[in-house]
Amino acid sequence: MKKTTYALAGLVVLAAGCASVSDQETAQKALAVMKASFNEKGQAKLDRLDQDETQKACSRPESEPLPKDEAAKIEKLNFASIKYPADGKMLGDWREGEKIAQSGVGKQYSDDPKKPSGGNCYACHQMSKTEISYGTIGPSLYQYGKLRGNTEAVQRYTWGKVWNSNAYTACSNMPRFGHNGILTEKQIRDVTALLLDPASPVNQ
Amino acid sequence: MNRTLKIASVLLAAAVAGPAMPQSAVDEIAKYRLQLQDGNPADLWEARGEDLWKQKRGPKNVSLEQCDLGKGPGVVKGAYAELPRYFADADRVMDLETRLVHCMVTLQGFKQADITKRPFGGPGSRSDYEALGAWITSEAKGYTMAVPMSHPKEQEAFRLGEKMFFFRGGPHDFACATCHGQTGKRIRLQDLPNLTERGDAQRAYTTWPAYRVSQGELRTFQWRLNDCFRQQRFPDLKFTSEASIALTTFLAKNADGGKFNAPAIKR
Repeated sequence: MKKTTYALAGLVVLAAGCASVSDQETAQKALAVMKASFNEKGQAKLDRLDQDETQKACSRPESEPLPKDEAAKIEKLNFASIKYPADGKMLGDWREGEKIAQSGVGKQYSDDPKKPSGGNCYACHQMSKTEISYGTIGPSLYQYGKLRGNTEAVQRYTWGKVWNSNAYTACSNMPRFGHNGILTEKQIRDVTALLLDPASPVNQ
Repeated sequence: MNRTLKIASVLLAAAVAGPAMPQSAVDEIAKYRLQLQDGNPADLWEARGEDLWKQKRGPKNVSLEQCDLGKGPGVVKGAYAELPRYFADADRVMDLETRLVHCMVTLQGFKQADITKRPFGGPGSRSDYEALGAWITSEAKGYTMAVPMSHPKEQEAFRLGEKMFFFRGGPHDFACATCHGQTGKRIRLQDLPNLTERGDAQRAYTTWPAYRVSQGELRTFQWRLNDCFRQQRFPDLKFTSEASIALTTFLAKNADGGKFNAPAIKR
C-alpha cells in the first residue's frame, strides 16, 4: 500500500516538474506542522516537541532499526549521562518501589506537577506473581533479581538501565527515567530495590 | 482502565481458584466487551446529530443538508469511509470535523471561533461534533474504507502523518509507534492495535467514533488523537489542526479495505 502511495506521489511530482520531496524535507515539514498544531497546556509546553539527538535518531519504525554504528553512538551518548548515587547506595525500599511501579501519573498536562511521578513499570512489564494486570511491551521482569543475583555489577547495570535505557539499547521504548527527570534519585533507588531485593515480590 | 480492572478482578475473584492467569482475565474482558454490544447509547448522539444536520441554524438560518462531505452536497451515505480527503473549495485536506466546521462557517454563517469552543463533551456540556459525528459515521456503517490518494495534498498529508506517527518527543520519548507500532502487545490488560499493520489498523479505525462506557460520552477520532497525545506527554493537540488531519489521513488510509463499523461501544 505504502509503495503504491509513494509511487503515485512520485509520478505526480514528476509530472509537475518539481524535484522529489526528500525524507528529510518531509520530516522538517512534519515538525513545522506539529509546532503549529499544539497548544501549551499545564506543564506540557511546546518545547516538548524539541527533540534531542536520541529522539531524532529514534523517530523511525521498529522494522527499520538504526545502523549498528549509529546505534552505538546513541548508546555511548546516553551511557555518559548516567549519574550513579554519590554515596554508592543503589538499593532503597522495595515497598516504595512497588508503589512507583504501580503509578502511571506524572508529566501529563492533566497531572499536578507538584506531585511525584510514577514509573508505571507494570504498564509494560510483568514484575510479580500477584499483579496480573501487566503489559507486554517490555520483557517480563519476574524474578529479575533471583535470576541475576545482587552483585554490585548487577546493581550498577540495573540502576543505569532505569536511569537511561538508551545507554544499553538505542531507541528502547522505555523512558529514560533519570536522564529526563521523571523519577528522582531516591525513587530510582526504590525501583532498583524492587527489582533486586531478595524480599521483593519480584523475586518470590 | 480502573473500570476494566475492577471488572476483571471481580470476575477473577468469582471464577478462579488458585493462581490467576492473565489470559483468563483477558478472555473475561473480551466477554465483557461482547456483552456491551447489546445496547449502545450512541443512538442518542446519532439522533441529536441528525437533528443538528437537518435543523435550520446559524446567522443564515440554513441546515447543513447542502454540506459536501466529499461525495456531493448533501450526500451523507458512506461519506465517512472516504475521509479525510482533498476539498477543492477549501484547497486542503479535511477530516470530518474540519469539514463540519467549514460547512457551519460557509453555509450557516457561524463564526469559527464561536463554534470550536466545545470540541468535546464533558460533564454538563455537550459537543455538536460528537453528535454530528455519531450520525454521519453511522451512515457509513457497512461501507468499505477507501481513502482517496489521488491528489498531491492527500499524498502529502499521508506522508506527514506517517512522520508524526513515528515522532518521538517529550519527557517519556513516546511516539504513537511506542504503543501502536508492534503486533500483539498490551498495556496492563489493554490490547494495543498495531496501527501500521492492515488488520489491526482496520479493526481499530473502523470502530471510532465510539461510546465510551467509562466516560459516558461518545468520542470522535479527533478526541481519540487528542487523548493519546495527552498520555504521550505532549501538549494539547488543537482541534482540527493540520497535524490532526495528517495523522488521521495516515491512520485512515492504513485501514483501507476494512468494513466501517462505528459508532462502536468501548469500555
